[in-house]
Amino acid sequence: MAAEVGLFLDALALRAGYNSALVAVGAALLGIAAGGSGAFIFLRKRALVSDAVSHATLPGVGLAFIAMVALGGDGRWLPGLLIGSALSAAIGLVIVEWMARATRLSEDAAIGAVLSVFFGLGIVLLTIIQTLSSGRQAGLESFLLGATAGMLLSEAYTIAAAGLVAALIVLAMRRQMTLVAFDPDYAATQGVDIRRTDLTMMALALIVTVIGLKVVGLILIVALLIIPPAAARFWTDRVDRLIALAALFGGLAGYIGAALSSAFAALPTGPIIVLVAFALFLASLLGSPLRGVLAAALNGLSFRRRVHRRQGLLALARGEAIYDGFTLAVLRQAGLIRRDGVATLAGRAAAAAAVRDEARWDAAHDLAAHNLAEDERVLERYDGLTPIEEVMTADQIAELDRRLARLEAARPEVSG
Amino acid sequence: MGADFVQLSLTPIVIGTLACIACALPGNFLLLRRQALIGDAISHVVLPGIVVAFLITGTITAWPMMLGAAGAAIIAVGLIELIRRLGRIEPGAAMGVVFTTLFAAGVLILEMTDTSGVHLDVEHALHGNLESLVWFDATGWGSLLDGQALAGLPPQVLRLAVVTAAMALFIVLLWRELTIATFDTVFARSMGIATRAVGFALVVATAVAAVAAFDAVGSIIVIAMFICPPAAARLMTNHLPHQVLWSVVFAVLSAVLGYVLAGYGPGWIGHSHAVSAAGMIATVSGAILALACLFGPERRRTGQAAEGA
Repeated sequence: MAAEVGLFLDALALRAGYNSALVAVGAALLGIAAGGSGAFIFLRKRALVSDAVSHATLPGVGLAFIAMVALGGDGRWLPGLLIGSALSAAIGLVIVEWMARATRLSEDAAIGAVLSVFFGLGIVLLTIIQTLSSGRQAGLESFLLGATAGMLLSEAYTIAAAGLVAALIVLAMRRQMTLVAFDPDYAATQGVDIRRTDLTMMALALIVTVIGLKVVGLILIVALLIIPPAAARFWTDRVDRLIALAALFGGLAGYIGAALSSAFAALPTGPIIVLVAFALFLASLLGSPLRGVLAAALNGLSFRRRVHRRQGLLALARGEAIYDGFTLAVLRQAGLIRRDGVATLAGRAAAAAAVRDEARWDAAHDLAAHNLAEDERVLERYDGLTPIEEVMTADQIAELDRRLARLEAARPEVSG
Repeated sequence: MGADFVQLSLTPIVIGTLACIACALPGNFLLLRRQALIGDAISHVVLPGIVVAFLITGTITAWPMMLGAAGAAIIAVGLIELIRRLGRIEPGAAMGVVFTTLFAAGVLILEMTDTSGVHLDVEHALHGNLESLVWFDATGWGSLLDGQALAGLPPQVLRLAVVTAAMALFIVLLWRELTIATFDTVFARSMGIATRAVGFALVVATAVAAVAAFDAVGSIIVIAMFICPPAAARLMTNHLPHQVLWSVVFAVLSAVLGYVLAGYGPGWIGHSHAVSAAGMIATVSGAILALACLFGPERRRTGQAAEGA
């Protein structure tokens, strides 16, 4: 095990030899292209269409092999196989589109049908190839789950070039694709061709799938299109950052995964890369400060504390006894009450401030009720917790205080 | 059609047919509930379920495998729901995250453990091995009446027969609940139908069918059996009982025609080797669906959806 860890660290530092370095860089480029293009597919909520596209590559690979052998060439020539896979994936994509549009079947049924039937056909072709004299060592099965051992420099170049093309398409089409992803109807009024934009997104998925065949394999490549954007979504609400982060996560997953697989050479590369991507996703799901599970739990707790503090202070000001254990704990921790429940000096000041704040909010609502408020929208911020100083200017508050004082003065004296 | 046929082809055809029917029956409801891809997700996670069951029990006997796979399916559906809610992610992406990860984990565990002594490998898991399920003890059609030969039937025959019967029973017994919950959830609730429980039962049924068929056709081609026959049937009729019957007809047709084409088709064009039967069954089911898409009497949308499209 120690030897494998050493190998893994070497591979991470690109010191594990030429071939491992090549694979790591190639996988990282693939991950960047996949994450960046996947971001739009994710936002458009069509993640699983790319699953159909990737499974649909298999018959193309088989047919290309058979055709190249029939022409007297080497069936394993990679560019030929990739062209074949791209063609059949494109056919699969068009069929999904057509079935969802022209028949009553929904898109998910079309996806499942194309995915499984193309895969089945591909398996039939693979069994035919196994019986061809030149097909015995075809090694096409490695396209299913990815195998990076023995990657050639030319193949790494192919991945880099195709990844660059994908990145350029993302860059050039990002405005249109963002529009279509968020509001297709509005996009249509702006003269964006929705169908063509959708097809471009899927073409990106297709490019990624085809270049990913060798590294991740066609069954799991969809994970590299879905998981990095899903992970990136936890960290940001801005599209440009989402794309960049998704590309970063994809690149990391490819790089770390390839390094791991060079240490454990017997294992297929694809599953390792997918599991690394999932680890990134899990870390984001739990740890992101913006939408993460932990952050949400902490927010909930802090909200609860604020509610209890405020209600506790109001109760103190009214001289009511507090029975709720959590309220007592919150007030005691803040040094607002003593252990026996009597308010401290700071507690009395805070209670008075809370009462004054409530009174100011009441006065503001009162003004609004008489249509005297300058801007009623600030009143929507009232949630029983927000201090009025946060939403109104000092002048406005002074005006409220004057009004309160007048009301106080006008109030008839109550005897006793 | 002599002894050879009974020995080599009869059981694969029967197994393939039963597997297709067992998957097509729940597939009808998955399709109508727009959950076709749940079948996709479940069939992918059958693999890790079986691998983990193998690791725990050390055998590849039927029941631990079934339990493992059904457990994995339930865990997967739970995880999808969990990720969807916690992460506020759309269901398709949540599904994609979960099933690819579990599938990857299954492949890795399988590659890392020593399964050389048993019949469990990645390729088998991906596209099954229908052809290997032969009936060695058969000597001819007479063996069908011979108790001793019948005892030597591949265990999959009995298992799939039980599962197929269970699927039929499931659909007949829960017909009212399934249909109402599928077409009008709110109405179903007002009738006192536990719609969530019905949905859960359908997922479990799907998992059981997927596991039973997995043995014969692998984890990806199973998806074709869940989706293609019901989808083709959907294009033939607007009447649900008829749709279910059509789907069974298409399932049988795919299995028989697919196996025959795979086993004997290459011979007709002067090729000596058979091709993958499971792959051919999926291909035939796809061809049937394609024909239904082109010529099915009810292929078009009706009502509002049609005007919108």
